[in-house]
Amino acid sequence: MLQHSLIGRLLLNDTGSRVLTFCCIALAVIVPVCNLIIPSDSEFHVSTYSVTLIGKYLCYALLALSVDLVWGYLGILSLGHGAFFALGGYAMGMYLMRQIGDRGVYGNPELPDFMVFLNWSELPWYWQGFDQFPLMLLMVFLAPGILAFVFGWLAFRSRVTGVYLSIITQAMTYALMLAFFQNNFGFGGNNGLTDFKEILGFNLQADNTRNALFIASAAALLLGYAICRFIAQSRLGSLTMAIRDAESRVRFMGYRDEHIKLFIFVISALLAGLAGALYVPQVGIINPSEFAPIRSIEMVIWVAIGGRGTLYGAVLGAFVVNYAKTIFTAWAPEVWLFILGGIFVFVTVFMPKGLVGLYAQLRTRFSRNSSSDKLKRGSTDEK
Amino acid sequence: MRNFALLLILCGSLFSAGLSWSNDIEIKPDTISETIFHDAINGLSSKSFTKKKEYIQAIATSKDSQALVILQQLLDGNIYFLKKTKTIVIAKLDNKNAVIRNAISGTDLGIIAKKRIKKVGINNKLRRQLKVEIAKLSLDSPNKAVRQQAAEEILKDINKSGLQLFTGRLTIEKDDSIVEIMQTGIALYSFKNGSVDEQLSAVKTLSNSLYPEVKNTLSNGLRSITGNPLSTEKQELKHTLEASIEKIDFKLGWYKQLENIFFGVSLGSVLLLAAVGLAITFGVMGVINMAHGEMLMLGAYTTYIIQQIMPNAIAYSPLIAIPIAFVFTALVGVIIERSIIRHLYGRPLETLLATFGISLILQQAVRTIISPQNRAVATPEWMSGSLQINPALALTYNRLYIILFSIAVLIGLMLLLQKTRFGLQVRAVTQNRTMAKAMGIRTDWIDAYTFGLGSGIAGMAGVALSQLTNVGPNLGQAYIIDSFMVVVFGGVGNLWGTFFGAMTLGIANKYLEPMTGAVIAKVVILVFIILFIQKRPRGMFALKGRSAEN
Repeated sequence: MLQHSLIGRLLLNDTGSRVLTFCCIALAVIVPVCNLIIPSDSEFHVSTYSVTLIGKYLCYALLALSVDLVWGYLGILSLGHGAFFALGGYAMGMYLMRQIGDRGVYGNPELPDFMVFLNWSELPWYWQGFDQFPLMLLMVFLAPGILAFVFGWLAFRSRVTGVYLSIITQAMTYALMLAFFQNNFGFGGNNGLTDFKEILGFNLQADNTRNALFIASAAALLLGYAICRFIAQSRLGSLTMAIRDAESRVRFMGYRDEHIKLFIFVISALLAGLAGALYVPQVGIINPSEFAPIRSIEMVIWVAIGGRGTLYGAVLGAFVVNYAKTIFTAWAPEVWLFILGGIFVFVTVFMPKGLVGLYAQLRTRFSRNSSSDKLKRGSTDEK
Repeated sequence: MRNFALLLILCGSLFSAGLSWSNDIEIKPDTISETIFHDAINGLSSKSFTKKKEYIQAIATSKDSQALVILQQLLDGNIYFLKKTKTIVIAKLDNKNAVIRNAISGTDLGIIAKKRIKKVGINNKLRRQLKVEIAKLSLDSPNKAVRQQAAEEILKDINKSGLQLFTGRLTIEKDDSIVEIMQTGIALYSFKNGSVDEQLSAVKTLSNSLYPEVKNTLSNGLRSITGNPLSTEKQELKHTLEASIEKIDFKLGWYKQLENIFFGVSLGSVLLLAAVGLAITFGVMGVINMAHGEMLMLGAYTTYIIQQIMPNAIAYSPLIAIPIAFVFTALVGVIIERSIIRHLYGRPLETLLATFGISLILQQAVRTIISPQNRAVATPEWMSGSLQINPALALTYNRLYIILFSIAVLIGLMLLLQKTRFGLQVRAVTQNRTMAKAMGIRTDWIDAYTFGLGSGIAGMAGVALSQLTNVGPNLGQAYIIDSFMVVVFGGVGNLWGTFFGAMTLGIANKYLEPMTGAVIAKVVILVFIILFIQKRPRGMFALKGRSAEN
């Protein structure tokens, strides 16, 4: 019964989706309960640090979903998704900056600290209105959406594909990084935006706010997953995958492939922007290093290690790689880049289907081995 | 590395000290000026700077053969006096002791405790005076470069004695460029101190000069013309001045453009070296090597390591490093191709990720093995300094050599691709892989060799780059995105595409930089490229025909 409703179709009709949905809901219930209700001396208690950490992973997972949507379903390897993520984050950061009000170091009610420091006398026009939550919410989607629309429109219209497109997306995020590093660009330069106090009047350091943000992240991830699944299961989704597999053929059948690509690309950017907006209040800082090309490539590797084109694989990959990163950067930071580099090579060469495809891959390999054994035996028999 | 630099400096100073030592022996006391000279030198132990100024003047006018050496040593801060006897000595200090010799006779006085001698102090005013006096004495030098430098030094601060020197030497001097400096100096003096008529004629000579002092003096002169109404003479002077300043500004602007182009071409050459390997591999294999920047880095580190191993052969280190870096990075490239990229054939996006992983590993390996810090690579003597075309334009030798080197590499590559069997096969695979394979070309080996060749060129580019910047683990990252842009802009399959792409981006970068700042210049260029590929999605020089669509 539930299986056939819309929600069932989106979230429950295969094993991966069911596990993901279950885990998301379980996390959203258990983690806040363990953090808020269970006393801190109990071994079931979850520290606020862990709540924030897992909340961060949830945002990364949503980001990985958006990467998988364009890479796994549309066949575009975007090396610039960090730009959409960071733009969403900056929109949220600007709102949080304005919420500081006169509690900053310089106590200026209008201007954020870094502007006072730079001797600016008034708020730049693009900061106007960011003290309003609805406008911020709009900008979280508009900023990455417009960038993706303009960029995608230019790129897809001229049929830039494959490696060329990847490089251009990388150049895009690189250019933005350079620009945001500039002090006079008006986004805090090198230091970015930080030192946030409250969101919607709730103290950001309070456990309740942290847990609320955590639940919001889990909900956003589930919502993002449902949206991606909805697209993937629709007729549009079939066309998307057709473009991935044989773009010219789709074009010759009379479809405007560039419109479909543009639509998917923009949706993906919106999801990435949302992930960024949820990420910033939890980690408490946004700076231009989020635009760095290596960050964007890391996102791709989350998807690759989880398994591209499955959506739940992307979520799994984001959790696995980031958990590994947390462990290794604490344990032996210099080893982490070796491991990350090794993952890049190993996954692309040996695990083209990622973790979720590992079982099937191993099974086919063994069965192929046995069948090739048979073949060999057969051929020797013939001799 | 720092110890090494210290060692270099020490060697140099020892060498020069040795030179001045041998000069000392040639002293032949004969005339009365000798006594003046000696008195003046002994007077240097005085505390008063005004006194010292007079003594320096006396030393300079004595025309003693030793005067130049003494003044130079004084300027370098090597002149001391013994606290007890006030004897002036030239001293070479180490930790506690000083090797001293008599400044007048040049006799060796052995080693003495440092605390027993005191430096002859000089202030900025004296330093300036010393420079001018040294310049005046150097005007007699048989070496043309020394004379020219001396004349320029005097020109900077022209005064009566300088004027006399110039007028006296104008007839003796044979070299045209030095005569020109002297004439400029004379005209400058008469403009500063002469009547309006003299000023008028001086301006005519000065309007051809590009020295910054000349322009400053003329602008000051223009500002000082006052009076209402102006006399006809002054009126005329004002007009001439305005015209000449405009003329000078025009010329300066022109040379500024030339300088921009030079910097642009040198940046373009670096980009060309960095991108050409990328373009060839992309053309042949259709994959982008994200570890290409790390090949640059490895090449640069090769130079650094060679300098560490052979500290005595700094002069030859780039020449030794070029072939070694080529072979080393080419080997690394072939290993990467054979071990990893081969397995990803037909999956260009995955190749991109895998090579990015390799680049992370290589960077971290360098950080772990050598150091996360940047390392300075010494520039050999023959590559430092600059070629002074005129006062407004100087071309630095290291950039000049890099331009020449990249041209040589480009020509070499063209010959390789156009005239050899290997080149023929590479072009065949670039145009149509399956057909080439059908004709019996071992495409997999062509892949490996091409990858090796591309990496090797990047390694050589790294050697060139090490002469421009410090060498660090992130060196490759700084250039890789620009190199990608060159490939996207220029297109693949044709070396000319890479050449024009690199030069255009290099020059555009350097042209925009003064207008918008370095960062915005980069952003503008990236936006331009994104718009450019609207018109030509496959770059300026795209492959045409059937092979173009894949």
